[in-house]
Amino acid sequence: MVLVFAENIKGQFKKNAFEAVTYGAKAAEIMGTECVALVLGTVENAAGLGTYGASKVYHVADSSLDSFDAQVYTAVIAAATEKLGAKLVIMSHSSTGKSIIGRLAARLDAGSVPGVNTIPTVDGDLKVKKTVFSGKAIAEMAIKSDLKVLSVMGNSLQPDASGSEAPVEALSVDVPASRIKVKEVKRMEGIVPLPEAELVVSAGRGMKGPENWGIIEELAKVLGATTACSRPVADADWRPHHEHVGQTGVAIRPNLYIAAGISGAIQHLAGVNNSKTIVVINKDPEAPFFKAADYGVVGDLFEVVPRLTEAIKKHKAGA
Amino acid sequence: MKLLVCVTKTPETTAKIAFTANGTAFDTNGVQYIMNPYDEWYALVRALELKEAQGGSVCLINVGSPSNDTVIRKGLAIGADEAVRINAEPKSSLYVAKQIANYAKSEGFDIVFAGKESIDYNGSEVSAMIAELLDVPFISYASHMELEGNVATVSRDIEGGTEVVEVATPFVISAAKGLAEQRIPNMRGIMMAKRKPLKVVEPIAADDLTEAVGYELPPAKSAVKLIDPENMDELVRLLSEEAKVI
Ligand SMILES: Cc1cc2nc3c(=O)[nH]c(=O)nc-3n(C[C@H](O)[C@H](O)[C@H](O)COP(=O)(O)OP(=O)(O)OC[C@H]3O[C@@H](n4cnc5c(N)ncnc54)[C@H](O)[C@@H]3O)c2cc1C
Ligand SMILES: Nc1ncnc2c1ncn2[C@@H]1O[C@H](COP(=O)(O)O)[C@@H](O)[C@H]1O
Repeated sequence: MVLVFAENIKGQFKKNAFEAVTYGAKAAEIMGTECVALVLGTVENAAGLGTYGASKVYHVADSSLDSFDAQVYTAVIAAATEKLGAKLVIMSHSSTGKSIIGRLAARLDAGSVPGVNTIPTVDGDLKVKKTVFSGKAIAEMAIKSDLKVLSVMGNSLQPDASGSEAPVEALSVDVPASRIKVKEVKRMEGIVPLPEAELVVSAGRGMKGPENWGIIEELAKVLGATTACSRPVADADWRPHHEHVGQTGVAIRPNLYIAAGISGAIQHLAGVNNSKTIVVINKDPEAPFFKAADYGVVGDLFEVVPRLTEAIKKHKAGA
Repeated sequence: MKLLVCVTKTPETTAKIAFTANGTAFDTNGVQYIMNPYDEWYALVRALELKEAQGGSVCLINVGSPSNDTVIRKGLAIGADEAVRINAEPKSSLYVAKQIANYAKSEGFDIVFAGKESIDYNGSEVSAMIAELLDVPFISYASHMELEGNVATVSRDIEGGTEVVEVATPFVISAAKGLAEQRIPNMRGIMMAKRKPLKVVEPIAADDLTEAVGYELPPAKSAVKLIDPENMDELVRLLSEEAKVI
């Protein structure tokens, strides 16, 4: 059995949960077994996970699970894994999944691969691929233990909602008391977080100062994109730290990455070069970023960006 | 406060990545190594700040070969008091975590610091594994931390925001950007580091449950298509019709 831990945010399932379940269903098909989902805490529409390929949804409804504690979540997922006899456990490679996958592997003495971006192949060992060296290379990993744990990198497969709702069954497992206290959760509302964003508009030191970011925000708004930035921009507090992408920031793989006024240093590329399509706007034709770009515009971003925004508005109005 | 900081060695960030033997091994030819930036800049420095504020000691731990000693000495030069190297090839996360947890158990640390991820393997696993093996709380992606007595208030990065949690020692914490400010070792630190203890310990038996069986480079990009800066309608057309991303 493949068990997918589908995480929720305030009771709602997001794209990363749908991706994980879709991944689990595909892996189960290859392994010739069934895929079930596990949900924790107070949730809405757990049955809907069936449409992504879970044949059943197990629910541990204890409301203490409404706030996240890696230690408690690990104990609960491990108990569910043992109770259901799952052989492969899957979760999202989100801040939650990344905090659990190692703990769970250690607890169950299972082989784990974090941040996979391919469906497993099984000939003898189970094999999956993940990016390593901050996006500069891809490694194929083999897991040798009987029980295996994977976390699925965001945007590495399309959620497939072609199935139908699944029965939801309460699962009773021991929920240990938390040894931490979650005091506050602050999330920006109405914005797709960077790791999940399909469209990203990013800008760098070429912007000259934080007061000029209006044109970037406008472009992002018109596109429905999330904003990002290069490291010196975050270091100088021109932009919030969570927008910093690259080797030492967030690694992303959106469908479209637009970079304005970013030179394309190797450490920046490391976090973004898995984007499907890259557009670079830079006034310096020698900027290294052009070598990694699909489309390039050599010009002054203060003229090009507003022009692009207008062109997109026109396109959207026409479409 | 008895503080343990896990430090690992990674290729320098501009290193060119290549593979040998038909893509089965990392080509170390000409590669320069550094201490993993999250370990050096944030985990180690925050540990040193806590020691400076409240007293105690900072111990570094690394699982690796003798060639790691240069990186470990740099950590001592920045200000750690002592170091332990577990003399083994770090082939998988769980193997490394078992070594570190085994040592930490025997010494009884108040806080174990690690980086949020190593920039080579990008696993983000070792710290969580250590926490589980020690059966203590784990706070990941910490970008701010205050300590009062034995209770820490930590801000951790989550998607599109932050979460604030309170946790009492002992615990394991993984350091993200913001937890501290990078420190450059000075001459005195470098001299002193030569005399600080670096203990070498033999590993305990543990299996590797995962193995990298092959490597490849990402597919090469075809040449960039340049678009006239006056003609953004053309760019939009290409993004819509050719790339199909908008
Ligand atoms: C260990 C380490 C880790 C690092 N990690 C990261 C990381 O994770 N992410 C990251 O981004 N960086 C990282 N860096 C920093 C990286 O090396 C670069 O310094 C940084 O990416 C440069 O940022 P930038 O492109 O915004 O600025 P610059 O390099 O200053 O480039 C600005 C660009 O804007 C262009 N420009 C200026 N004015 C205009 C205009 N009017 N119109 C159009 N274009 C204009 C210029 O031609 C130039 O190409 C790291 C460095 C180190 C040493
Ligand atoms: N071989 C090692 N020795 C000591 N600490 C390590 C080692 N490998 C990883 N770590 C620690 O674990 C963190 C996360 O590494 P990883 O799980 O590989 O991404 C690193 O930032 C280090 O603090």
